[in-house]
Amino acid sequence: MKKTFSLIFSTVLAAAMTLACANAAAAGLLNVSYDVARSLYKDLNPAFAAQWKQQTGQTISIDQSHGGSSKQARAVIDGLDADVVTMNNPLDIDAIADAGLLPKNWAEAFPDGSSPSWSPIVFVVRKGNPSGIHDWPDLVRPGVQVVLPNPKTSGNGRYSYLAAWQYARTRPGASDTDSIAFEKRLFANVPVLDVGGRDATTTFVQRGIGSVLLTFESEARLILANFGADQYEIVIPSITVRADNPVAVVEKVAARKGNSALAQAYLKFHYSAAAQEILMHNGLRPADPAALQKHAAEFPPLHTFTVARDFGGWQHAQALHFADGGIFDQIISRASK
Amino acid sequence: MNPPAAPLNEKESAATVADTPFAPLVQTNAAIGEPRLVRWLLIGVTLAFLGVFLLLPLVAVFTQALASGVGAYFSAMIDPDALSSIRLTLLTAAIAVPLNTVFGVAAAWAITKFTFRGKGLLITLIDLPFSVSPVIAGLVFILIFGSRGWLGPWASEHGLKIIFAAPGIILATVFVTFPFVARELIPLMQAQGTDEEHAALTLGARGWSTFWHVTLPNIRWGLLYGVLLCNARAMGEFGAVSVVSGHVRGQTNTMPLQVEILYNDYQFSAAFAVASLLALLAFVTLGLKSFLEWRHGSELAAVRGH
Repeated sequence: MKKTFSLIFSTVLAAAMTLACANAAAAGLLNVSYDVARSLYKDLNPAFAAQWKQQTGQTISIDQSHGGSSKQARAVIDGLDADVVTMNNPLDIDAIADAGLLPKNWAEAFPDGSSPSWSPIVFVVRKGNPSGIHDWPDLVRPGVQVVLPNPKTSGNGRYSYLAAWQYARTRPGASDTDSIAFEKRLFANVPVLDVGGRDATTTFVQRGIGSVLLTFESEARLILANFGADQYEIVIPSITVRADNPVAVVEKVAARKGNSALAQAYLKFHYSAAAQEILMHNGLRPADPAALQKHAAEFPPLHTFTVARDFGGWQHAQALHFADGGIFDQIISRASK
Repeated sequence: MNPPAAPLNEKESAATVADTPFAPLVQTNAAIGEPRLVRWLLIGVTLAFLGVFLLLPLVAVFTQALASGVGAYFSAMIDPDALSSIRLTLLTAAIAVPLNTVFGVAAAWAITKFTFRGKGLLITLIDLPFSVSPVIAGLVFILIFGSRGWLGPWASEHGLKIIFAAPGIILATVFVTFPFVARELIPLMQAQGTDEEHAALTLGARGWSTFWHVTLPNIRWGLLYGVLLCNARAMGEFGAVSVVSGHVRGQTNTMPLQVEILYNDYQFSAAFAVASLLALLAFVTLGLKSFLEWRHGSELAAVRGH
């Protein structure tokens, strides 16, 4: 009996030591990114690594971390060694800047407000569009169920909310008061408010709830690719919001790791013709209008507005609409009654 | 007069059998005492419950894992990210479990064989990881080792990566699996008392050889049982590890985290493939546990008696 016992323990110990030696990992560039950008960087990273090797002869590895954008920003602030951050919300990069890890004017470091790609909010409906949803007013009709994530916790929820707001107040003779009324009717039609964009997709696709899903065009295209273009359709509303995907070098970390030049080149690569094609291939609209023009069939022209221009920037919109006790809280408390 | 309450647990009855000469009578009476209908009802309810809450989910995991074919199943396993998560999970368990074993034995030894001030406090502290949410356990390490935490700046000055790397994951796992071994051993060692150790000391044995030749053989199966429980939790821990992981693919994802990532990336069969492997590891643990119970039932009964 004693033999069995010591045998088991020595085996465990030996296994522990073998594993401890095998786990030494090579350091590389770390890109901390938002939740659904995984397939994008699976395509983009090898392309950049190949180009970098051609130019400098160096072999590099690029590591990825994905998660909710704000959670990822929090991790970077707490010490996750990101050389670059690629987010779907400028507020999250602002938060990292506030922690002193990168300059506050990060948006000026690269073209187009440091946003190499963007995506609009679109509607996803079930095949044949059985509820006849074509534009914003169709969402507030009685009997229509709208699925969108909670604007308090998710980026695409916030963008959807602001797009509805903008639609309502740009009607002839309308004002912000009409927007409040419109949002109330809209959220009265929302059966569940999921925490994040992916959860909302699951609600709409796998649980089969709702007549229409509001989400980013990139996510909508992913739904069609993964769950069948024969089951869903994308509807583009008459006006929608341009959601930027900003990028930034986390200068303090990159400098400490000796990766400054590499990080800079990596983000600059996002604007190259090759990378813009990869972005489009992954359902994102490229910053370069000429590249977008070439794929006009897949990415039809849109009438867009931006949060920076029409809502006084994200900091302002956040405080006015989504802070505790803000306009969204008031709308939702009445919509649910 | 009625016999004392019938033992429900096989292990307990084994212990009772050893202690009381009238034990068989107790068992017979228990069998007569319960109407057939009640027995069948109890068994039926238990089986239905097990089927719905244990068997069905397990079947679902394996069905989903194999939904895209055996080829896809194995290619999901040998994906570099999946392999790295398996390696990290095994490494974490391989460090956390021995550490907690040593600690558990030391703590149980100290608590049961000596009297000292603050013993109650020590027992409470050992239980702390059971009562604290794993998310808090993770956040504690961020507060300590985060770049704005107490020791974070010092660690990064010295080039030490603790959180968002393997050491942080191991620390968090050690924290949540802390009580398992000690909790198994304390009641067992309390029940055994200090008589045998005293005898050994009287016969001239030193402390270490008393431990090695007297205490350890007495507790070994209880110890191994605690180690297995500790191991199961170490491999399966999600919450605390998720907080300190940083989720760097191919580097800081353990198997439970990898399952979540694959699931969220719409790679359902791959997610369930990794999940099924995790389930298999749990089966191995359970199998070992059942083997021990079958082989050393009566000794383990003393452990479970608390």
